[in-house]
Amino acid sequence: MSDPAPPPAIPDERTLRVEALARVEGEGAMYVRTSGGRVAEVELQIYEPPRFFEAFLRGRSYTEPPDITARICGICPVAYQMSACLAIEDACGVTLDGPLADLRRLLYCGEWIESHVLHIYLLHAPDFLGYPSALALARDQADAVQQGLDLKKTGNDLVDLIGGRAVHPVNVRVGGFYRVPTRRELAPMREALLVARDQAEAMIRWVAGFDIPDFERDYVFVALRDPDRYAVVGGELGSSAGWSAPIAEFDDHVHEEHVARSNALRAHLSDGGPYLVGPLARYSLNSAQLSEGAQAAAADAGLGPTCRNPFQSIVVRSVETLHAIDEALAIIERYDEPDVAAVEVVPRAGVGHGATEAPRGLLYHRYDLDDQGLVLDARIVPPTSQNQAAIEDDLAGFVDRHLDLDDETLTLRCEQAIRNYDPCISCATHFLDLTIEDDDGAGPGATDRRPPGRRGR
Amino acid sequence: MTRQIVIGMGNPMRHDDGVGPTVARRLSPLVAGRAEVVVLDGEASRLLDAWEGAELAVVVDAVRSGAAPGTVGRVEVGVDPLPHESPASTHGLGLAEAIELGRSLGRLPGQVIVFGVEAVDTEAGAGLSPAVEAAIDDVVDQVLVELALGALAPDGPE
Repeated sequence: MSDPAPPPAIPDERTLRVEALARVEGEGAMYVRTSGGRVAEVELQIYEPPRFFEAFLRGRSYTEPPDITARICGICPVAYQMSACLAIEDACGVTLDGPLADLRRLLYCGEWIESHVLHIYLLHAPDFLGYPSALALARDQADAVQQGLDLKKTGNDLVDLIGGRAVHPVNVRVGGFYRVPTRRELAPMREALLVARDQAEAMIRWVAGFDIPDFERDYVFVALRDPDRYAVVGGELGSSAGWSAPIAEFDDHVHEEHVARSNALRAHLSDGGPYLVGPLARYSLNSAQLSEGAQAAAADAGLGPTCRNPFQSIVVRSVETLHAIDEALAIIERYDEPDVAAVEVVPRAGVGHGATEAPRGLLYHRYDLDDQGLVLDARIVPPTSQNQAAIEDDLAGFVDRHLDLDDETLTLRCEQAIRNYDPCISCATHFLDLTIEDDDGAGPGATDRRPPGRRGR
Repeated sequence: MTRQIVIGMGNPMRHDDGVGPTVARRLSPLVAGRAEVVVLDGEASRLLDAWEGAELAVVVDAVRSGAAPGTVGRVEVGVDPLPHESPASTHGLGLAEAIELGRSLGRLPGQVIVFGVEAVDTEAGAGLSPAVEAAIDDVVDQVLVELALGALAPDGPE
């Protein structure tokens, strides 16, 4: 047997640190330390405000959480509104169906389209194509980026039409809407969605051609399930571990703990293990319920019935975008204006639970109301804190396999791995500070790798 | 008539990051019928959609540059260097990147003027800090002047 190859000239103790992650929604940081050729420590540090909102909601009227919680995020306000509405209606014993439930899904389709497409083109595609930013990508591939922005705009327009405006929709209320669209008002949207459909198919082909790292993970998936459709608004909790449960039992299955480094709570299943929510979980549990066109496009893009490679999430997001367009078209096709824009919701004392599939994954709300409908207690569990453990496990697994890469490449790959989750850390001020430290003292200490425009923050 | 738009960028639930929306709210009744006023959260592609077809876009946003709290800075895109000490934007791409993206895609209005108000507090919560609040009148006045000058510009479409 020949001598083993000489070890690479990489220090035994390494620290990868990204102080403020770029191209994620909000503010977060990453820390990876290796020792003796193994990953010793991985931390995703996230700073998010939902807990502040929980305190803010106490003492408010049961009609207010949809609008207040929509302010948590500019990218997924509809998700917050819908989970809040479902939870409050659950507390008050009301369930929406027919055209009002359809309109909620239609609004949600708009948010999925805009959120997924934004992430694919402006935040994630540059990683796969070797560009440092969406700007650099746009300089070289203006047509592709412009097509993405056009597709995203159709999502914006849908949110605008149903939600009353594109950012922080104002038309949603407990029980339904303030005003519902007429069939005539929806008609032009159908034409736009047909154009968007072609753009989405082109997008799927585009991302399917990316060089995607081979990196399968053994996730426990958790997503909503609905016997009638690819679940988005309501349904039951389902897991690849074989269990299912009504939303009201969320607390029995998911536990949260504080971790010192982060003001987000970190969630794990009651058996102690990490789990994954989001596109991969939805797809793996429910892909048979995607629209026919989306299933065919998924197969053409090389996806099987399940997907365990987090780097393929960009493909799954693009498939889900096509599904959202198809679902929106179907809803518009069968839409009949409901007699009332909202059903009456009479407050009563009790606890209500609601969950929907935000673009990034399961978003759970729980409200405890008094008999006047005032909020006694609120709990919001956003997708990113549920995925925190899975993201850290991915990072550890990825770094372990790729210790041969130099610090800069490895750090970029780690950032890409985090962006697989489109982490919606929060609506926070955001800027990039990237430093890499060599712990062994041989290196230059902190190396400033920030882009020129971002230095000195 | 020259199409003019004022864009207040920011999240009112992040204290001083709400300065753009606050200015927009103040301006809205003052310029009704003459200029469009919108509030955006800073997401780049929405900015490009909002100023589509505009001759003049005035953007008001919070900035963190190290200047004294409430300091108002004016930058004209294409004339002054872009503030890469980026506005305290709430999303994946900041205002500077949005402008660069617009330039790459040929989607910049004839004139883009950015007013940046130096923020102190961008933690979660409503309400502006006193120094930023005190700057509002000044920013409103300056935006009104820009709109008046823009309306006089000879090269705008009739």
